[in-house]
Amino acid sequence: MSIGTVKLKIDGVEVTVPEGTMILKAAKDNGIIIPTLCSLEGLTAYGGCRICLVEISGSPKLFPACITSVSTGMAVTTNSEKLKEYRKMAVQMLLAERTHICSVCVADEHCELQDMANQLGVDHVMFERNWSRDEIDSTHDFLVIDRNRCILCTRCIRVCDQIEGVHTLDLKLRGKDSQVIMDLDEHWANSCSCTSCRKCAKVCPVGAIYIEGEPIGHTKRKDIAEFILTRRNRK
Amino acid sequence: MTTTGKVRVATIWLSGCSGCHMSFLDQDERLIDLAQKIQLVYSPIADIKQFPENVDVTLIEGALANEEQLAMLKTARARSKILISLGDCAVTGNVTALRNAWHRSDQEVLERAYLDKSDLNPQRPDQVPKLLVKARPLHEAVKVDFFIPGCPPSADLINYVLTELLAGRTPNMEGRSKYG
Repeated sequence: MSIGTVKLKIDGVEVTVPEGTMILKAAKDNGIIIPTLCSLEGLTAYGGCRICLVEISGSPKLFPACITSVSTGMAVTTNSEKLKEYRKMAVQMLLAERTHICSVCVADEHCELQDMANQLGVDHVMFERNWSRDEIDSTHDFLVIDRNRCILCTRCIRVCDQIEGVHTLDLKLRGKDSQVIMDLDEHWANSCSCTSCRKCAKVCPVGAIYIEGEPIGHTKRKDIAEFILTRRNRK
Repeated sequence: MTTTGKVRVATIWLSGCSGCHMSFLDQDERLIDLAQKIQLVYSPIADIKQFPENVDVTLIEGALANEEQLAMLKTARARSKILISLGDCAVTGNVTALRNAWHRSDQEVLERAYLDKSDLNPQRPDQVPKLLVKARPLHEAVKVDFFIPGCPPSADLINYVLTELLAGRTPNMEGRSKYG
């Protein structure tokens, strides 16, 4: 084994990746796609959605692949009946936590949560839903946030901080009460730091942040963070 | 199944827009084939007053929104071998459940709809069944065997599920179903 690399098995396939690589990335680089909702190429990992849970032999626990780094001799299972059940449960919890009504949502058919439900075969939600009634802020000229559709993936917060570099967005409160806020909990129109760059709307996996009057299929751009970073690093 | 050899099918319309029933009718000429194999024993498109005994398959459109519907749903469950949630209102609550996030009493909901938002001749409805606190998907009240999603579900999907059930197979919804 050369210095700085790690050998492990993912779904029975032996792979070699640089030390410190997260399982999600190690799998992706070797053609194994682990489903996820909060992870986004170009942003730091968050580990919030629990969709990318994987099994590691020798441990009864499940590990989020996006924030678990590889180690030598590790044997990872990314797809099993058990994992599928847990992933389905996680999606159903996300659907139950707030008020998700696809037929009246701007993101219907352009929604990663809906796609994930379809991919995993979630045809109904077994949990009783909360029917949240959180604040909708449409004070900004064209950006709108409907917190009832938010799955707290924090992609918007991370892209605002790490790519745009202004950190207008952040979270207040904890657990299911968490809310995405602007500055020190101002209305969006009163935010003095927001540059109106739209990156938050581009990376939002659901219909929580969108651009008024613009088709959401046109707004969404999952590769925006990676794209900007690649361009910036070009010499 | 009856002595005639036909499968006894019922359809029910709870709190929905009837779009799912329209989609059922959109099976067009396939309805003629279907009619050879099924007997429609109860439906908003058939003039039958009582939900009968010994139903093989019951398709239910709409969310569960009032006490009369709850009683109806329980009767249908008790008298049907297979019960199917037809369309998003039955599966998720959908538009019918929009009032849930308002978190108000049944009286306030009725007043909002029939008094505050009425354009012509506003009046307090006094003969409607008592609303449930929340509009719910069917599976929160009774066991549901199959879910046909869609707003409305496509005629093809309804036809697929019925054809499979009539052939004695379990419909495979993988790749056919769309949440919400």
